[in-house]
Amino acid sequence: MANLGLFFAVLGAALSAGLAGCGSAIGVGVAGRSASGVVTQEPSMFSKVLILQLLPGTQGIYGLLIAFITLANIGMLGGGAEQISLLSGLMYFAACLPMALGGLISGIAQGRCSVAAIGLVAKRPDQFGKAMIFPAMVETYAILALLISILSIFGIPAGI
Amino acid sequence: MSKVRMKRIFICGPKTQRKSILELLQRTGMVEINSGDIQDEDLKTMDVNAERSGFMRAAKQAEQALNILEEYAPDKDKGLLSSFEGASDMGMASYNEQIGHAKEYLETASRIISINKQILEDKAAIPKCETNLETLSAWTNLDIPLNYSGTAKSRVFIGSIGEEATLEQLYTKLYEAFEGEETPDIDIEFISGSKTITAFMVVCHRDDADKVESGLKKIDFVKAPSSTLVPTEEIQSIKQKIADCQADITKCGEEIAVYASERNNLKFTADYYTMRSDKYEVLSSIPQSVNTFFISGFTPAKTAEGLTKKLEALDAVVEISDPLPDDEIPCELHNGFLADPMETVVDAYSYPNISEIDPSSIIACFYYIMFGMMLSDAGYGLLLVLGCGFVLMKVKNLQPGMKKMMKLMFFSGISTTFWGFMFGSFFGDAVNVIATTFFNRPDIALNPIWFNPQAEPMRLLVVAFMIGIVHLFTGLTIKLYELIKNGQVKDAIYDVVFWYMFIGGAIVYLLTMDMITGMLSLNIHLSAAVASAAKWVTILGALGVVLTGGRENKNWGVRIASGLYSAYGCTSWLSDILSYSRLLALGLATGVIAQVFNKMGSMVCGAVPLPIGIILFLAIFVVGHVLNLSINVLGAYVHTNRLQFVEFFGKFYDGGGKKFQPFTENTKYYSVKEDV
Repeated sequence: MANLGLFFAVLGAALSAGLAGCGSAIGVGVAGRSASGVVTQEPSMFSKVLILQLLPGTQGIYGLLIAFITLANIGMLGGGAEQISLLSGLMYFAACLPMALGGLISGIAQGRCSVAAIGLVAKRPDQFGKAMIFPAMVETYAILALLISILSIFGIPAGI
Repeated sequence: MSKVRMKRIFICGPKTQRKSILELLQRTGMVEINSGDIQDEDLKTMDVNAERSGFMRAAKQAEQALNILEEYAPDKDKGLLSSFEGASDMGMASYNEQIGHAKEYLETASRIISINKQILEDKAAIPKCETNLETLSAWTNLDIPLNYSGTAKSRVFIGSIGEEATLEQLYTKLYEAFEGEETPDIDIEFISGSKTITAFMVVCHRDDADKVESGLKKIDFVKAPSSTLVPTEEIQSIKQKIADCQADITKCGEEIAVYASERNNLKFTADYYTMRSDKYEVLSSIPQSVNTFFISGFTPAKTAEGLTKKLEALDAVVEISDPLPDDEIPCELHNGFLADPMETVVDAYSYPNISEIDPSSIIACFYYIMFGMMLSDAGYGLLLVLGCGFVLMKVKNLQPGMKKMMKLMFFSGISTTFWGFMFGSFFGDAVNVIATTFFNRPDIALNPIWFNPQAEPMRLLVVAFMIGIVHLFTGLTIKLYELIKNGQVKDAIYDVVFWYMFIGGAIVYLLTMDMITGMLSLNIHLSAAVASAAKWVTILGALGVVLTGGRENKNWGVRIASGLYSAYGCTSWLSDILSYSRLLALGLATGVIAQVFNKMGSMVCGAVPLPIGIILFLAIFVVGHVLNLSINVLGAYVHTNRLQFVEFFGKFYDGGGKKFQPFTENTKYYSVKEDV
């Protein structure tokens, strides 16, 4: 139990990449299903619906980003891990949570929104610009979560 | 710059010139026709729906023939960039010459379609034959035709049951089926058997035929497919038929490929009939008397005079006048070099209504800056500039919408490059990683001109908020301008100036608090005098908003209540300003993900011998950065748009204007334009 701090920091990184990734996977998955449906009818719509399908994919990337900075900060990337205290490990864990949970839920919600937007574009291809905005609204909250996670990780003082 | 000024146009022409006048209008594409407001009982509109649908069918036929041609004789000259291309100008002379051949071209099209129909029939026949082959395969051992029914005295049944059975089992089954009756003499010959089917032949005396047949029915006997040939011969003939079909498909394909030289003519035909169908649509809407016809609509003021001259040369009477106050004037935007791409952004939201100004040029100031901050990588910026610049240079007749999009990305790329150098990011930290991994020089790195956002994220956050505040206040200023222009000075003070005082004062007051400056790590110290001034300005502004926010209510109680509610709108200001934090978040995301890929590359490179390492590094580098670039360009585009649509437009812009849709050539491949 000597290095429980490191464990919590890695747990945070893992949850951030894992849960946000799950959110994106579900979101991109449901959007992809309805995108395929549109393309069966109208193959020329491929590029438009692909963009809409990709919109919920960003949460996974943000999650990866947080996991990466966390791992880099605790020295897990290249070169052995540092000894970090339990307190700072828990702080990393807490800092990762907004992205993990925010990414999971907003990814799923944004996916559903993308499904609707794909339906909109299928019926009115000229309204692509507007269709893109609705899923982007959901993403705002993933961005806010990302922001707090980043600021927290950067703000954790060294050597406590 | 602004909205294009529109004039009302009214044209009256002799029917003899109807064709040439309509064609002139279509070629110049300067008039939006709206003849609905001409009402007179002597005037009638023509019913040309039959002709129109004929033209539409013809255009569709040519399009279909083109698609078939593309399948059997792909256009080899077609480059990678051709999908960006719009219609190319073919010139009046060759247009007039081609018109004469349109009928011939249409015949070519229908010939191509009928050959293709033959191919489709052949293709459908093959699987049918293959199914037959499969059924026949059970009968290959039989040396008599499948529909052989016996001799003068004997009766033969050839068929199968759908399960596995030996000869003995067949006898037993059949005898069981005759149960209770006199068993006739039968002879069963086993032909073939598999898990799912047992084929056999039953021979009996003609007198017993009915009895045997009903017995067979009971054991679910299925008659063999009818054929006058011995199975092996039948199989041979079906195989021959398949080969024939395949040969026919190849032959037809070659026949179609011969028409490859007709491709351009078919394109012309498709366009020509689309144009005619559009023309007839207009024709069906214009009122006509015995000898004259009338068109009314809108046209840009600038070109109205030139158009009048051209129309008058065709014996038409033209009247240009100012739009009436309650006219729904269509809106067209015209902007300079930098703001021109913003029209796509405005279009994606909504065109300005009659009382609003064109926001394109104001958006342009912010759009490029914000896009650049979100992507903020010099390497990615240069790729955008080079890529879009290449397409803009190479493809001369880009589709208009595509051209604007390319320009948008080109300018955004320049801004991205600028911010990339400001923040010291070039494909992430590629300079440092490459120097360290390959040249063992960890001291070499691209230093930021301004500061490194990863080291000082709070500083960038403050910058983002400041840009946001300027952006939002600019939006409010435009509202001020529009209100004053419309003479609503009181509303301007109530709805804009009070808010300026309220929000502006609050921001300054917050900056005098040590807690806030400490949190944002700002190094400003404002004096107590400023603090108290800011406090009073805020209070005055807030009071103003509370007293006037609900001024449409006469009752003072209700008025104050709804004023308080509108003062509660300051929370939306807070969330609007916070929303600009995405400038920081997306900027950091690009940089950090780029670093992830660089790190992965260098780790893999360090693990294997150098020559392979370099290749692996390059592979990871290229794939990783292409992925990061595409996802972040998409993100930057979407979120820059969002900041305009939600935060910025929310302060002053409603939209809802009608886009100017002139009667013009909606063609895909060729156009015959005439300038006014």
